[in-house]
Amino acid sequence: MKETKDHAALAEVFNADEPRVNWHDETLWFIRQKRDKAAHTVADWELLRETASQIKHNVLSNLHDYLLQFEANAKANGIIVHWAADAAEHNRIVHAILQKHKVDRMVKSKSMLTEECHLNEYLEENGIEVIDSDLGERIVQMAKEPPSHIVLPCIHKKKEEIGDLFHEHLGTPAGMADPQVLTEAARQHLRETFLTRRAALTGVNFAVAETGEFVICTNEGNADMGAHLADVHIACMGIEKIIPKREHLGVFLRLLARSATGQPITTYSSHFKKPREGHELHLVLVDNGRSIQLGREDFRNSLKCIRCGACMNTCPVYRRSGGHSYHTAVAGPIGAILAPNLDMKKNADLPFASTLCGSCSNVCPVKIDIHDQLYKWRQVIVKEGYADTKKTLGMKAMTQAFASPATFQLAGKAGRWFMRNVPFAVNNKLNPWYKQREMPAPPKESFGEWYLKNRKKRDE
Amino acid sequence: MSSRDSILAAVARNQPERIPLPEIPAFFTEEADVLEKFTTVAVSIGSRVFRVQSLEEVKQVLLEEHSGARRIVSAFPEFAAVAETTIAPGIDPHTLADLDLAVLPAQLGVAENGALWVTDAQLPLRVLPFICQHLALVVPQKNIVPLMQQAYEVIGAQEYGFGTFVAGPSKTADIEQSLVLGAHGARTLSVFLLE
Repeated sequence: MKETKDHAALAEVFNADEPRVNWHDETLWFIRQKRDKAAHTVADWELLRETASQIKHNVLSNLHDYLLQFEANAKANGIIVHWAADAAEHNRIVHAILQKHKVDRMVKSKSMLTEECHLNEYLEENGIEVIDSDLGERIVQMAKEPPSHIVLPCIHKKKEEIGDLFHEHLGTPAGMADPQVLTEAARQHLRETFLTRRAALTGVNFAVAETGEFVICTNEGNADMGAHLADVHIACMGIEKIIPKREHLGVFLRLLARSATGQPITTYSSHFKKPREGHELHLVLVDNGRSIQLGREDFRNSLKCIRCGACMNTCPVYRRSGGHSYHTAVAGPIGAILAPNLDMKKNADLPFASTLCGSCSNVCPVKIDIHDQLYKWRQVIVKEGYADTKKTLGMKAMTQAFASPATFQLAGKAGRWFMRNVPFAVNNKLNPWYKQREMPAPPKESFGEWYLKNRKKRDE
Repeated sequence: MSSRDSILAAVARNQPERIPLPEIPAFFTEEADVLEKFTTVAVSIGSRVFRVQSLEEVKQVLLEEHSGARRIVSAFPEFAAVAETTIAPGIDPHTLADLDLAVLPAQLGVAENGALWVTDAQLPLRVLPFICQHLALVVPQKNIVPLMQQAYEVIGAQEYGFGTFVAGPSKTADIEQSLVLGAHGARTLSVFLLE
């Protein structure tokens, strides 16, 4: 198997192009500012967040019954309900539905769950072509890359690069990089796709236990174009997407788009309750580790997430390291607390990709304690023995130094002497703290030395 | 054990002790004129808003704005002279691919976000408001509510197979955050607030 690089190594690749990092940072901060403006138009925004948070707490504490209620109502509505324990079963279920309908070309709208399950790769291996219809996802699909952000899949790409991809795949003029022209080309290309595909797969934003309906939010209208034109609609959702009542949509739809992009609501919030007359509507409920996360007391609140991406847009580490450095379907702070549950060893680096500044928790519309969970994951990962060896050794050395005053003083003295007399001993590539940083000027003496001297003076 | 049963068993085992469902509080509602507020927000998200007194007026505005429209579908019988007003629910939705303009009623509008609620009670075909190049929605002025909360109070236990909030024209900002109107759905949305 190919060795995957960790967050720090991948961030280093991203950081090689400094102007691009600055551009990426500013673009995401601009979205964070739009979120602030939108939140401030709602006078009781904090009450709204608190209400959403409490509804989600109730959901997690009663998920078993809500799932049963949802299933019963969805079935009564004529929806065909499937259950998948893991990614592999999810992929098999989708494939079987397509086989039953003899479909070998499918159109898909945004679903981070299918990214998590690597559905596209699975279907392609089985001879089924998948076209992603969200513009950003279509762009990364052409580039053979995963999305770098859950709401803005190609936020890492410059328009000139997108122009090159469109020139190659859609025949737009070489060098054309005008977003208006490129979007129009994608509209024409994907309209043909919508009109010719007999199966459409979508994600789910919210599923209502009380009514058995589910809601999909898009700005482009791609989920609706796919679903309403196809013979078969397959909707895939994680089991945590349940909300108790229809009226709760009045809380969550007020929060979602404002937190995500600063819009008052997405262009379309479509409620699917029954299949179209004479057509099939399938819904796949996926666990894939969620029931395990539910049992981890310190981490279960991560399942409250409504996938708005606000924590990514505000994160100083995400903004400067890019989504791909997280090597997981969901990047950023929320991804870093979800991923270790799925594979602790492979994702042991992610909870460390944070400054623990807490900005993620402050913008989260459902009040997930993201930064506290990042801190708690670090402790679990070290205890389980998955921490980076360098980090473990460093921590051991630090523990020894701090445990003995004599060693501590000696180490401090040695450090200051080295920095002053042989700066290249610390200002080099071997020192991870020297990367992208200037080392500070070493003080002449330690606080301990200063204190001793000055107390003596006062005593004299 | 089936996956269904094993998932449900794991969830039952791992879910925490029951936390009560909160009452939804009465959220703050501005005293301001809801029509004013609706118009400001709807325009800010790219909709065109017109206050009209009759469907005749709607027709005049639309025929002027979309003088090039060759194929128009409307759920209003009053549009029979200029539009197809009897689309059978059973027809193949693909036959609407060349639709220029759809004129439909909306049940209610929401002032805080400029969204309009439409269900299959208004739609002979679900794809109609998405596949048309341009969309016009007509809503009675008295049916504009301040917040989503009131919208769902009105919707209540309404029975539908499909329902959607439409807020503005289809849009994307996926290319370098440049806002482009007209992604896959309607390129424009005209909202008529009917007296």
